[in-house]
Amino acid sequence: MTQPAPSAQHNGPDKGALAGPSDAPPSKTGGGRPALGLRLDVRILSLLGVLAALILVGGITEPDSFLDTGNLQLILTQASVIGVVTVGMTFVIISGGIDLSVGAMVALASVWATTLATQEYGFAGIAFTAVVVGLAAGLVNGVLIAYGGMVPFIATLAMLASARGLALQITDGKTQIVTVDSVLNLGLPDSYFLGIPPLVIMFAAVTVIGWLVLNRTTFGRRTVAVGGNAEAARLAGIDVRRQRLYLYLLSGLCCGIAAFMLIVLAGSGQNTNGNLYELDAIAAAIIGGTLLSGGRGTIVGSVLGVLIFTTITNIFALNNLQSDVQQIAKGAIIVAAVLVQRRTLRGGET
Amino acid sequence: MPETSRRGLLFGASAISAGALLTACTSNEPKNAQPASNSQPAADDKPGKPVTIGFAGPQADHGWLNAINVNAKSRAEKYSEVTLEITEGSNDTAAQIGQVKTLINKKVDVLVILPADGKALTQVGLEAMRAGIPVVNLDRIFASPQAYRCWVGGDNYGMGLNAGHYIGEQLKGKANAKVVELAGIDNLELTKQRSQGFADALKNYPNIKLVARQAAEFTVESGQAKMAQLLQAQKQIDALWNHDDDQGVGALRAIQQAGRDEFIMVGGAGAKSAMDAIKADNSVIKATVLYPPTMAASAIDLARALGQSKGVSGLSEMEIPTSLTLYSAVVTKDNIDQYLPTGFN
Repeated sequence: MTQPAPSAQHNGPDKGALAGPSDAPPSKTGGGRPALGLRLDVRILSLLGVLAALILVGGITEPDSFLDTGNLQLILTQASVIGVVTVGMTFVIISGGIDLSVGAMVALASVWATTLATQEYGFAGIAFTAVVVGLAAGLVNGVLIAYGGMVPFIATLAMLASARGLALQITDGKTQIVTVDSVLNLGLPDSYFLGIPPLVIMFAAVTVIGWLVLNRTTFGRRTVAVGGNAEAARLAGIDVRRQRLYLYLLSGLCCGIAAFMLIVLAGSGQNTNGNLYELDAIAAAIIGGTLLSGGRGTIVGSVLGVLIFTTITNIFALNNLQSDVQQIAKGAIIVAAVLVQRRTLRGGET
Repeated sequence: MPETSRRGLLFGASAISAGALLTACTSNEPKNAQPASNSQPAADDKPGKPVTIGFAGPQADHGWLNAINVNAKSRAEKYSEVTLEITEGSNDTAAQIGQVKTLINKKVDVLVILPADGKALTQVGLEAMRAGIPVVNLDRIFASPQAYRCWVGGDNYGMGLNAGHYIGEQLKGKANAKVVELAGIDNLELTKQRSQGFADALKNYPNIKLVARQAAEFTVESGQAKMAQLLQAQKQIDALWNHDDDQGVGALRAIQQAGRDEFIMVGGAGAKSAMDAIKADNSVIKATVLYPPTMAASAIDLARALGQSKGVSGLSEMEIPTSLTLYSAVVTKDNIDQYLPTGFN
């Protein structure tokens, strides 16, 4: 899942048209392509290096509890919900936008899907409601930004406030406990498939689909084009507005799926769900090499960013470090990861 | 393009119908809804002179605070002569100061304030007192005793202490017992007090060691995440103290997911879901240390007594006391029925 190989495969000189997003800037000479391919590899490799270093630290400090299958399942499960949100966020950021409302959309979708009235419709009712509420919120964002001419930062900030407010109104501050067994059981070890929790399978599926869409479809290339230069994209015949609408819809969809996964994980819906997801998702995407100004980014990088964050949290908790130390170290590690990446990149270029 | 418009029409129609279906799903009313009620008013029940009580609290974004509002409202309704002026809750200090000032300008007879931040609202408490409006300070205490006439609140240190003593007694005679603590938000002073009380109580039991502590955020999601990590770190434990029953819903989920049941769990704050589980006695949770939201009802009683210049029945004092620290009771299967009505959702 985290192999860098696929992005290298399609960098042959005869496949220029299929080139991935990082290949968007035109090379000065014909011989530039392999160098650009290498550049992508170095970026992903440095992330893998950071992850390997973290695993080493975890293995040395807590050999008994860090290096076992239970912990691997735990890290991947904890990464799954925010991971799905990050995939959607990556698309939006590549297109030059931002979605600050992801956490609030997760909260709204998760409480709407766990009201007593929704729970009467069982598994399907909960899953359907979560996804549709996410889509609807994403649609509002998309329409406001694409056709209302609002800046993404403002439109999604407004959605953040309203969706959180609506979530609070629905729950009235109460914790909505799920009583539908089929939903609850999905989060328990009995339903693990070959030792893989269903949530992790869903995360992997969203990642693979996201990768395919970004790298192998017109939609993906249009996303990169809009983010690289919206005016050029418009002149090239891309309906930039519609593309933007679809992208915020996609982010909403990812939040809806994530909300359902969170319901399965926590066995409940609460208006405080998804707290600060927007920051976590943006941070993971940026650590993963997505350019905040748009035009460049990879799904693999973002997912690695999420895994790095989750692994850090896991190692800290296993070592019984308290939240003050955790927060200080997390900030330091973000800076270190980005610096290491830049340094390796520069080394790879010259 | 006709194709686009047809597609648009179809999409619009399906969006509207999905919306209609979904709006029907926001209802959260249980079949027979009954607000968390409590026992009879403690003060003198006979109607006296009319009193207008202003109530300002933080945003009720989680179960306990919500129960505070419900308790205040339902207690005020019990008195025919009491009018309750309740403001929209806010977690923003500036907004809450504005709300309290509005209540002062309305010249309410007594104020009940549960500040979002006790220290930050001290000034407006002083202002009310200077304007001749007695203030009942609820739970989060003002920085100056001049800012309130009477303080009613929970005992966070005592909550940790009583949780520690309960666990200590349960694990008596067990050598090298391991205890884990799932704390609340570390930024809050009350979390520090609870942890301090817990640590102090455990000092009485040399056979018990606190092996791990992690702080969650009073939310189900954080409770699940932190508990899952704690269980992964500690393969075998004897007891767990969780500061808050809301995050305890997530913690219990993590315990279920890890398939663990070798220890006893003690909760905190007294949510109905935790009490139901204690009563059913089919999970690890055996007790919860109460931080009763009924204190809001007591505050209304005291505010009414202040407004009518009465003392509190049962005490021989002429005036009501300046501070009232509530006892953090340990609720177990034995006394659960008594406390079940105070549990919040």
